[in-house]
Amino acid sequence: MFPDLGGPLRQATNRLVEHIVVAYGDGFEALADTILVVLVAIERTLREAHPAFVLAAIGLLAFLAARRIVLALTMVACAYVIGALGLWDQAMQTVAIMVVSVLLSILIGIPLGIASARSNRVRATINPVLDLMQTIPSFVYLIPAAMLFGLGKVPAILATVIYATPPLIRLTDLGIREVDREVVEASRAFGATRWQILTGVQVPLALPSIMQGINQTMMMALAMVVIASMIGARGVGETVLLGLQRGDSGQGLLGGLAIVLLAIVFDRITQAYGSRVQTHRAAGA
Amino acid sequence: MALIELRHVTKIFGRAPREGLARVRAGVGKEQLLAETGMVLGLHDVNLAIEPGEIFVVMGLSGSGKSTLIRHLNRLIDPTDGEVLVDGEDILTFSARALEAFRRRRMSMVFQRFGLMPHRTVLANVAYGLEVRGEARRARERTARDWVERVGLAGYEDSYPHQLSGGMQQRVGLARALATGADILLMDEAFSALDPLIRSQMQDQLIALQAELNRTVVFITHDLDEALRIGTRIAILKDGVVVQVGTPAEILLAPADDYVAAFVRDVNRARALTVEAVMKPPVCRLTDETLDRALAEMRRHGAAEAVVMAADGYRGVVTAAKVEAALQAKGAPRRLAELAVAAPTFTPDTPIERLVPAALQAGVPLPVVDEAGNVKGLVTPEAVGKMLAEREAETAPAGIETKPRDAA
Ligand SMILES: Nc1ncnc2c1ncn2[C@@H]1O[C@H](COP(=O)(O)OP(=O)(O)OP(=O)(O)O)[C@@H](O)[C@H]1O
Ligand SMILES: [Mg+2]
Repeated sequence: MFPDLGGPLRQATNRLVEHIVVAYGDGFEALADTILVVLVAIERTLREAHPAFVLAAIGLLAFLAARRIVLALTMVACAYVIGALGLWDQAMQTVAIMVVSVLLSILIGIPLGIASARSNRVRATINPVLDLMQTIPSFVYLIPAAMLFGLGKVPAILATVIYATPPLIRLTDLGIREVDREVVEASRAFGATRWQILTGVQVPLALPSIMQGINQTMMMALAMVVIASMIGARGVGETVLLGLQRGDSGQGLLGGLAIVLLAIVFDRITQAYGSRVQTHRAAGA
Repeated sequence: MALIELRHVTKIFGRAPREGLARVRAGVGKEQLLAETGMVLGLHDVNLAIEPGEIFVVMGLSGSGKSTLIRHLNRLIDPTDGEVLVDGEDILTFSARALEAFRRRRMSMVFQRFGLMPHRTVLANVAYGLEVRGEARRARERTARDWVERVGLAGYEDSYPHQLSGGMQQRVGLARALATGADILLMDEAFSALDPLIRSQMQDQLIALQAELNRTVVFITHDLDEALRIGTRIAILKDGVVVQVGTPAEILLAPADDYVAAFVRDVNRARALTVEAVMKPPVCRLTDETLDRALAEMRRHGAAEAVVMAADGYRGVVTAAKVEAALQAKGAPRRLAELAVAAPTFTPDTPIERLVPAALQAGVPLPVVDEAGNVKGLVTPEAVGKMLAEREAETAPAGIETKPRDAA
């Protein structure tokens, strides 16, 4: 009754992946190496630093973002509990992977968001791809990613980036499109170049929305840590995974708690910063 | 040569403007074009010449194409057809660079909803035009501070726009536009969002600034009273077509068609028109002489009244009837200067409204004297009465809507 579509599609995909691995393997390896260098540097710094130092850094960051002492202390407390759960080292590994993933997402997401805001055609092209990235189960691209980069941290990061970038692209696009038309028109009327309009008006005014996008990207990146640990990324995800494999519910809970606490820290800090950049815009125009 | 000139400017919004243009050329109107193709005829064959130093007002109802028109002057919108000339140069030929330079130096703009940057302070907003063209922070802030002060906002330099009232925000908009030193100021319904009192203050401020700086202002409004108040000349726009261009007096006294007539019907003429519109030139000027000679002189000119001048200027007004009566009566003054009524004088730009009480009291025609002391004309109470009565006599043209005023 059905024509055989699955067989040929499966074979074609496999051939394509194999071809890419053979033909562009070197390029991917170079990319992987670059990412790895950055990741290792961050990870080493975090793990070798004295925990008190890291806790102080979290407190300072939270205070700078929110300008509220209570919030800063709460964030420090959350991080302290992670240490008390005995997962400090794993948490630092996870943070390193997250930081690199989010940086990559920003590097890719903001320019794409801007491009998509500027042209309806770009947006029409990007949108279905974003839908696909968000709905397709991550295991599907974990397989070719693992084939291209081998098992380990790099494919984990790439899988995280694919999963976590779409909201940033969408929210950057939305933020820029929502900037008051008359304000953009005003800067054009005063002879601003496209670059001046972008950097002086559109991005600053879209910043609350962009910050929201970064926040969502972080949360989604955290949601990926367990899956990422399946292809060899270390960290709190691994703790959960081990708990699962050994039937050790207690260990699973500890890992889960650590992930939630990390999420709280990242979320509060970026949210606070986002709402602070918003203060002068909310009532604007 | 006109400073700004629009030649046969047509603008069609929609997916195929060229095709729309062909239809419009074949005689299709705005409504038909919209119904048949979904395209909007924004402007249709607009020709205008704007002279340096004038406040040129473009007036029309909502949707008549005013914003579209003013945005052609700095190419925020490009026409579908036609030319836009500034200093005789077609700005449509400018490259992106040249256009930026042109916008930075020659034209600045004030917007209806202010268009201020909410993330910048008042000072940084005012300095924006200077910043864009790369002036050093010190210099641009000095200029900006100066303008903030001149529009009456000293002390608010570090406030953010949302902390200011509408009137204050628009002052920031005005200061931002003036700070670049551009000689052409475009104002798109700049005062429409303000309440009436603030609005008339801003109008006064604009008129004062313009008199002092002598820039060219293109001012958009949907309010005829505002147009008449500040305009040197007024263009009336209807469905993208310019139906009349003229001075306020020309628009009021000789509306080009029923549409304009319906517009001006409700205007308070005594307020909108100046003395200049009703005065007639004095036929007879007399120096201090004997009554016989004066009367003879007046008869020779066929004048019913005369302005009496002394060595130091204007002395008063006499009528022929009064001189005759004085000649008959015993003990009346024998010299003209004593007989003349020192009626108050008015400058040509005084609104008629302000002259009415004096015209009724004086019993003689009122002289119009300009700032330099030259007698320009005489206003008789009859002329004032006739001009004000004219609109009663007019019958309203049928089927024409005036400004929508049915808010209730
Ligand atoms: N970008 C656009 N796309 C399509 N139609 C447009 C566009 N801009 C303006 N129009 C149409 O052109 C006509 C003139 O609009 P414009 O904004 O110039 O009117 P206006 O006289 O400034 O009105 P208002 O007093 O409401 O500001 C309107 O019918 C409007 O719908
Ligand atoms: Mg408008």
